[in-house]
Formats: sequence, C-alpha cells, structure tokens
Amino acid sequence: MQAINELYDVVGDPLTYARRLKEQTGKKIIGYMCTYAPEEIIQAAGAHPLRLFGSNKNIFLADGHLQAYCCSLVRGVLEDALAGDLNFLDGMIFPHTCDTIQRLSDIWRLNISFGFHLDVVLPVKLNTKSARDYMIDVQNLFRNDLEKALQVRITDDSIKKSISLFNEIRSGLEKVYELKNINPEVISGKDLSVLVRAAMIMERNDYLKILQNVIAELEKKSGAAKAPGAKRLVLAGGICSQPDIYSVIEDAGGVVVGDDLCTGSRYFAGIINAEGDPIAAIAERYVQRPVCPAKHMDKNARAENLIKIAKDGKAAGVIFLLLKFCDPHAFDYPDLKEALARASIPSLLLEVEDQPQAQGQLKTRIEAFLETIS
Amino acid sequence: MAEQDPEKEKRKIKSVKKMKDIMTNYYIEAKTAEQSGKKVAWITSGGPVEPLIAMDVIPVYPENHGAMIGASKMGIDLCQKAEAMGYSSDLCSYARSDISCATVNGGPIGGLPKPDMLICGNNICGTVLKWYEVQARYFNVPLFILDTPFCHTQFTKEARQYVHRQIEEYIIFLENACGKKMDHDRMKEVGRLSVQGQRLWQAVLDTAVNRPAPLSAFDAFFHLALIVTLRGTKQAVDYYEGLLAEMKQRVADGIGAVENEKYRLLWDNLPVWYRTKWLSDKFAAADACLVADTYTSAWCGTLKYIDENNFIESMAEAYSRIYLNIGIDEMARIVIQMIDKYSADGLVIHSNRSCKPYSFGQLDIQRIVREKRGVPSLMIEADMVDERFFSESQIATRIDAFMEVVKERKSCTP
Ligand code: SF4
Ligand code: SF4
Repeated sequence: MQAINELYDVVGDPLTYARRLKEQTGKKIIGYMCTYAPEEIIQAAGAHPLRLFGSNKNIFLADGHLQAYCCSLVRGVLEDALAGDLNFLDGMIFPHTCDTIQRLSDIWRLNISFGFHLDVVLPVKLNTKSARDYMIDVQNLFRNDLEKALQVRITDDSIKKSISLFNEIRSGLEKVYELKNINPEVISGKDLSVLVRAAMIMERNDYLKILQNVIAELEKKSGAAKAPGAKRLVLAGGICSQPDIYSVIEDAGGVVVGDDLCTGSRYFAGIINAEGDPIAAIAERYVQRPVCPAKHMDKNARAENLIKIAKDGKAAGVIFLLLKFCDPHAFDYPDLKEALARASIPSLLLEVEDQPQAQGQLKTRIEAFLETIS
Repeated sequence: MAEQDPEKEKRKIKSVKKMKDIMTNYYIEAKTAEQSGKKVAWITSGGPVEPLIAMDVIPVYPENHGAMIGASKMGIDLCQKAEAMGYSSDLCSYARSDISCATVNGGPIGGLPKPDMLICGNNICGTVLKWYEVQARYFNVPLFILDTPFCHTQFTKEARQYVHRQIEEYIIFLENACGKKMDHDRMKEVGRLSVQGQRLWQAVLDTAVNRPAPLSAFDAFFHLALIVTLRGTKQAVDYYEGLLAEMKQRVADGIGAVENEKYRLLWDNLPVWYRTKWLSDKFAAADACLVADTYTSAWCGTLKYIDENNFIESMAEAYSRIYLNIGIDEMARIVIQMIDKYSADGLVIHSNRSCKPYSFGQLDIQRIVREKRGVPSLMIEADMVDERFFSESQIATRIDAFMEVVKERKSCTP
C-alpha cells in the first residue's frame, strides 16, 4: 500500500531514522523499551520517544554483562548500546516491568555513559486504590525528573496537547484493526505490523498524518470484495520481532485479525481522558489498559482479555509467540492455553529463538495447525 | 555401627539434630493444620511473615519446600512434570517444582498442606508474582501481594507511603481471612522476637570472621531454615541462642568447619541444593572454607531499617530494601564489605539460571570486586534445583583452576 511504503524504511532501520530526525529537528531523543513508558510526557517535554527493539546482530559485548539465559530483546538492546549504535540518545528511561529489564537498568546506569538514565519505578499491582495513587505519584516524579534532565518546564497544557495527539494515534490504530477485522483483505498482516511499529519510532505528528492517509485509503477499499476462506487467527505474546510471520501465516492460508502483543494492541489500547489532571489521566490509562504479564490485575484478567479478543475477531485459533527466556509470558502461557481450550479455541505455541527461525519449519507448523482448526 | 572418625565427629555441629526435630515438627503441624483448626498461608521467602504469626496462621514456604526438593534430588522429576504442563524449562526451578508438586503431592514430604491464602512479597523477584497467580488460580484462594517498589538507587518517600498503605491493607486482609481482629500487643511481641531472631542469626554468621571459621556457608544454608520459616517466634530465638553458644564454643576450642582452613571464600547466590555436600567437600579438599555468602545474610541484612519498638511502621522500609531489591552497585558494595569483614581470599559466584534478578548483574559485580579489591573470582553456571543444568566434570575442573589462582595469589601477598 502506497501510504505505508515509506514506513518500511523507518521500521527496517529505526536508528538511522532517529539519528536523522535529531539532525533535522534538533529534538532530544529518549529511548525506551516497553509500553509502560509514559510517551505522552516525553512528547510534552518537546523530546522524541523512541522505542528500542534491539538489532539482530551477534552478541559480543553484552556477553560481558548478561548471561546467555537472558532474553534476546534485552541482550540485543544492550549490545547496540555498548557498540555505540545508540550514542545519539539523549536519555534512556526504564519503566519497571520484568526482572530482566530491572537488571538491564542497573547495568545500563553503570556502563553506558551517553545520555541521562531514569528509572520509572511503577507499581507492579494495578488493582488497588493505593497502587493507583502510587501510579500517579510515579508519573509526577517522572515529570519532575524529566524536567531536570532536559532542563525544560513541562506544563499541563503541553501534556494535554500531547495526550490528544496520542489519543488520535491510538484511536486511529484501533480503527485500522477494526477495518481489518471486518475485512481481513483490506491490509496485509505485514503492512499492519509495520504500521503499528512505526508508531513507536516516528515523529508522532508526522506519523499521525501518514496514519490518517492509510485510514482514508483503507476506508475506500474496505467495501471491496472479501476473499473467502482464510482462517482467522489471533497472535498473543510479548514483542513480535518477526514481521515475516504474518506472511508465513497468510501463505499457509490464515489471516491475523487481532492480537494481544506489546507491539500490537497492548500498545495502543485505551484512550486517555482529556479532562482534569493530565498526569492522573495518564496514570489511569495504565491501570485500565489490558495488563502485561509483568503487572498484576485480577488473576483471570489476561485470560478473559485474550478470549474476548479471539471472540471479537471470530478467530478460529490463537498462535502464541513467546520469546525464549521471557519469564512473565512463559508463566502465563499454560493457564492461557487452558482457558482458551475451555472456550473451545485451539492454540499453537511458537517459541521464538534469538535467531529468526527457518521459515520453512515455521510454515510447516503453522500449516499443520491450520489444518486442525476450522 | 561403623566406626566413627573422631576428627569428623568433632567437626559436626551438634545443633543439627535439634534443627531437624524443629523442622519435622513444624511440617507435621502445618500438614495437620486442618485437624487443629489453624489456617495455612503460603508465603514467599522475603514475605512479611510477622503479622501471620501474630494472627496464629501457619506460614508455609514453597521456596523452602523447593530447597528440600532440590536437596533430596527430586527436582528433575518435578521440573519435567511442570514442563509437561506447559511451563518452560527456562523458568525458576522452585516455581516449576512447586507448581507441579501441588498437582501430584510429590516431593520429600508428600506435598505442602493446601493453602487458605497466599501472601506474595515481590521484593525478591517478579517470578513469585507469576507463580502465586498460578497457585491462586489453582487453589482458588485469596492472594495478597505486598508490592515493594524496586530501589535502584533510592527508596522514595512515595514508595514508602505506598508500602505503608499496603501493610495496613495486609492486616485488613488477614483480619478478613481469619475472621478476627489483629491483637496489636501480640504483633508488637512478634516484631520484637523477629528482630531478636535476626540479630542472633547475624551473630551466628558473624562468628565466621574467626580463623578457622566455626561454620561455613554450607552450614548456614542448612541453619537458615528457621529464620526464614519461624521468624518472629520464640522457638527461633531459642534455637539461634543455642547455635550461637555452640559456635562461640567452637571458636574458643579452635574447631573449624574445614579441617585445615587456609583459604577463605565468599559464595554468591542460592546454593546448588543437590550438590552442597559435593561442593563443600571439593572446596575442603583444597583447604578452602566458604566462610560467608550473600544469600543467608539476606534475612538479617535490613536490621538497620527496623525499629523493634515500632515494627509495623518500619516494616515497609525493611521489606523493601532487602538484598535482591536494590541496584547492583549497592549489591557490589555489600559484597565488598563482606570480603573485608570475613577476610575472603576469593569469590565464588553461582550463576543460577533459575534466578534472573540474582544472576543478571553478577558479571558487573564480579568486575567491580576485581577493580576494588583485586580478589580472584570464579563463576559457576548451574541451577539450584534442576540438576540437568549441572556439569560436574566441568565445574570440578574450573574449581581446581580457580583454587590454583587463589593459592598463587595468597602466597605472593604477605
Ligand atoms: S518481558 Fe520478556 S521479552 Fe520483555 S524484557 Fe522482560 S523477559 Fe525480555
Ligand atoms: S530463586 Fe529467584 S526467581 Fe526463583 S523465587 Fe527465588 S528469588 Fe524468585
């Protein structure tokens, strides 16, 4: 699709994009790795929030700090940092999530000399009044810390403006998912994954314009004939670092109509209330949004959410994409699988290794799975 | 009866039998709780146990149970059962063995008694959060989470307030679960006993500053059980008083844990439960004693934050600032203090694939220790319960090579 083509370059090489953005606009670039990073506040500070995914290069330098039983996302990002590829960052923020990120933050603070380093020590449970209050405190602390680090004032007005920008992006992505749900042919899975990922990389105003063009194009197309027969699937897991998986699924006769991924719907779910205290509103979205497994909600919240996504998508099955050594997701998997089975939704587990798996092997497993579901 | 080696007999710690009796009785009481009408709570090792004791709830520690599973070499079987349930073999082996054990009542004591409630303190890791969620679904019982914000570089006043409020919520949770009010005088008494127990435990560990050290880290791994499971009881205080007296006597008599102690080492991370004896013998054969460790001292490491006359108030800070809930630079500082305090000649680091928060950062700690103190260190790749990740021949070779370096260095320094 025309409007999406230029995003492929951005997503293919986000660091070059960000470096150029900095050169051209003079914007400060702030790195982060997780959907619990308060991007709205970074944007309101006039800086640019850049999500890091790690490159696929071989690990040499990170081996001196992290053992081999650490997830490839964290090893990869640390490798980039140690190799000097992230030197252009003005700062890095670490929202508290899993044990691995927690230690990455320490290792970063002790070994990486460029840019400032900020911890955002979020609550782990999100389902009590005291946790919600603490969530607000943490966002306020972050605002103060960021003001100091960037030497700027972050006003309520600028946060509100930023909130409305992010709300537009989020509801736009929601819209694209809806269109895809109604007519899966309207946009390919790969295009959609690139579209979501670019939202975490690009200058957000620029991105919104592209997103709006994409939506306009899709709306024109959505009336077009629906190709019958593809089996509807939902992806679940953490970060999907293999956009090619969408093509593999499509080649095997399936189509992804929804997801519970942190590079998918968990990134954009939930609109921030534009009224009232903007910081409290940002905090509120975090406690309302579908929860990531490193945080605690009701003990059945994740299963209920996944079943809902599958049902809304009229999905015939769910594919779990789990990154090796990722504890939070691995702990949830058996009970999620069972909950799906109780709801008569079959599922397939794909454990994603450091290196992109042989496509042939993936394809065989996906094809076999698709044959078993109706 | 086989003839006893008097040398070995002399070196045996006499309190061991008492300890075994106490633990046996403790588990019998826990397993018969239903008959005696007592409630059982499963709680994490770093969890806030004192209010449970004050409420007459029997605390049971799946992690202690995990250690028993490991020590009795039943880990592989239970871990594999968990894998058959869908749990990845990369997850913490305490969690894996506990999760499968609950479904088959396996392990050395036929499983833990069923919980009436679950108390999870996430000050040690995020694993326990996920693990307790699994058990809360399986047993369908209430779960209380004490969420202690991680202290990378500081414990903010906002975090303190948050933990404070949770302690209040905790007491209400317990009052609801038990159908009775908390007796605050009793709570104060339990708080005092907890502090007393922790002080005594620290004093026991401190006796290892002597040459030869009367106890080794391997002994500490064993005697730790009470400060974990019965912290806050008179029983623990009495036991550690006895143990301390025995250690002092050993010091006076010049009895060391290792027959010919020449080299003193510090251990980092959890024990390798299924190989403690092998490791202990291996080091002893090289005249090395592991005189202290970062693991067992974690149960008395936050004494400085506790006000024994105001236990409930000071709990928030004490439970938030334990060894695993702080940044690796502060951990490195503590390791260095221990090296100085116990006059260690080397550092043995267990890189424990089960425990990511304990093991990630060890390479940096190792570097910092090298830069600041120049002591040699050895990293052993293993797992605390799952024997499949222990390669005996490889580790033996590495220990031999390491001991050569320690000896070499010691002979060069006056
Ligand atoms: S949540 Fe999983 S994938 Fe993400 S950083 Fe943590 S361990 Fe790695
Ligand atoms: S061994 Fe580590 S990961 Fe496992 S429960 Fe203990 S602290 Fe948590």
